[in-house]
Amino acid sequence: MLVACSSDDSPTYVPTPAALNIPAFFDQSIPDPIIPTDNPLTEEGIALGRQLFFDPILSRDNSIACADCHRPENAFSDPRQFSVGITGDKGFRNSMPLQNLAWNFNLKFNWDGSASSLEDQMFGPVVNPVEMDNTWPNVERTLQDHPAYPLLFEQAFGNRNIDSTMVTKALSQFVRTLISGNSKFDRHLAGTAQLSESEERGLALYQDEAGGDCFHCHGLPATPLWTDNSFHNNGLDAVITDRGLGEFSGDPREFGLFRSPSLRNLAFTAPYMHDGRFATLEEVIDFYSEGLQFSETIDPLMKNVGQGGVQLTPEEKTDLIAFLLTLSEPEFTTNPAFQNPNQ
Amino acid sequence: MKKIALLFISIALFVSCNSDDNAGNVITDDTTGPTLVSVDFNFTQNFDGENIVNADFDELKFTNENGQTMSISKLVYLISDITFENSSGEVFTAGDYNLVDVRNTSNLTFTPDVTIPEGTYTVSFTYGFNDEDNVNGAYEDLNVADGTWSVPEPLGGGYHYMRLEGKYINSINEEIGYQFHNVRANDMSTTPLTLKDTSIEVILGSITIVDGATIEVKMDVAEWFKNPNLWDLNTEFQMLMPNYDAQLRMNENGQNVFSLGEVTPAI
Repeated sequence: MLVACSSDDSPTYVPTPAALNIPAFFDQSIPDPIIPTDNPLTEEGIALGRQLFFDPILSRDNSIACADCHRPENAFSDPRQFSVGITGDKGFRNSMPLQNLAWNFNLKFNWDGSASSLEDQMFGPVVNPVEMDNTWPNVERTLQDHPAYPLLFEQAFGNRNIDSTMVTKALSQFVRTLISGNSKFDRHLAGTAQLSESEERGLALYQDEAGGDCFHCHGLPATPLWTDNSFHNNGLDAVITDRGLGEFSGDPREFGLFRSPSLRNLAFTAPYMHDGRFATLEEVIDFYSEGLQFSETIDPLMKNVGQGGVQLTPEEKTDLIAFLLTLSEPEFTTNPAFQNPNQ
Repeated sequence: MKKIALLFISIALFVSCNSDDNAGNVITDDTTGPTLVSVDFNFTQNFDGENIVNADFDELKFTNENGQTMSISKLVYLISDITFENSSGEVFTAGDYNLVDVRNTSNLTFTPDVTIPEGTYTVSFTYGFNDEDNVNGAYEDLNVADGTWSVPEPLGGGYHYMRLEGKYINSINEEIGYQFHNVRANDMSTTPLTLKDTSIEVILGSITIVDGATIEVKMDVAEWFKNPNLWDLNTEFQMLMPNYDAQLRMNENGQNVFSLGEVTPAI
């Protein structure tokens, strides 16, 4: 919105406040989303963030965008085990889905908790040698020289002198709008969809401490996030090679701990685990049933480790997967507001 | 935090709960009334008298009454309805709650949202939620606290009272995880589900409250495994939430877990 002229007659833009499109059940069951006071949502900020998210301009050679490793059709994750950076090098962790991140009350982002806010997180990939391999001064120069971006930044932040903080703020505003809350299970809770018998059995197993006992790390129907946003060693390896949270914190008690991902949109987010080692949900459930490995920091919540896990029958595995897939929302992956604005 | 309502007044009144966030502090004073003060509570934890600090977590350094070596990796518990009753039978309570997370040192200090006249009171609180407050999904902050503090509806819903987790050395010298989770007792073998309120009213005793008062509430973790039921982790170390009898015995052992610590300023 162009609202006034300053003394030097240059236009002054005041961005239009925006609100998240929060599902009613979120509003009723969990605290308000976290919106930093120094980065309120605005229509212009969200639009700019969306533009930047899909623009390869942030990468050193203008070849990859955020959306290349966080693809809308994959619930903003990457179907490749490891994403490939501009040099062709691969990372060593699977790209996390981007959904409902405004409700990460722990304020620890990434698999290893190394970012303390979304804005903080956005600084990393741009300069990571195996991702965009750029420098922030170069990003700022490139955007500043662009024919369109200075005006977009001015409209979003009242300032056309682009800096890295403004870039990360805009990206964060867009990412906060990526809300998934209309899966079949959400509609079931709202009384507009019915679970099949298999899905019902899977839900019971999920909530059964003597069954799947999934809920202690991934939450219950009373909470729409389907993650505790906390960190666990879930028994993937007997020998820990990726220290995860412990690498960041330096605390040996946290070696091999990784953030619990949300169970939403599993239909679109394969492969699974922090290192993308499992290609299918079947492999994931087999792992929790029979594949657990003991290590010093394994979470006490992991049961029957000596026997490999919770020992589910084939029918139980089928039911559990059926339930888990009710947490997926195809419309989230095709929401027009979340797609590339240039297509 | 969504607060349960608030009230005070006389013994003849009951303490009810609702979600009225607008309820203010109960007592309105006039210029001739007594000085009203708030009271801080400081929660400390020990194992048979040895203070538990962050560095103790994940260390196989404790020995329970049954002789089993154990560690603690998580200790999170809920207290609610801190209440002050004076000699006239007047009751003061904010009816609010506090989730103590020992490892992360969060909420180790809590100030109930009520002010009271200086004087001598019998001070008590509820460990966990009593049935009146233990309403499924009612508290937004608890729905996401520590992941989710909720209890599955098939187990009666509501909220955990405590999550105590760690590892112990079993009878064949293996390191095994335990989950000592305390909830409202539920018997899934009956239809409908049989529920029993296993929260605990803890009476700290008579305490003189003055301005700036801080009351220490001590938790002795060892007591959960000791008295009157000697706890054998070899047989009961996991899947305790749906174990009705185990929850009843936790309730019995929990009667001596909490005690009054230091009160400052000393009177």
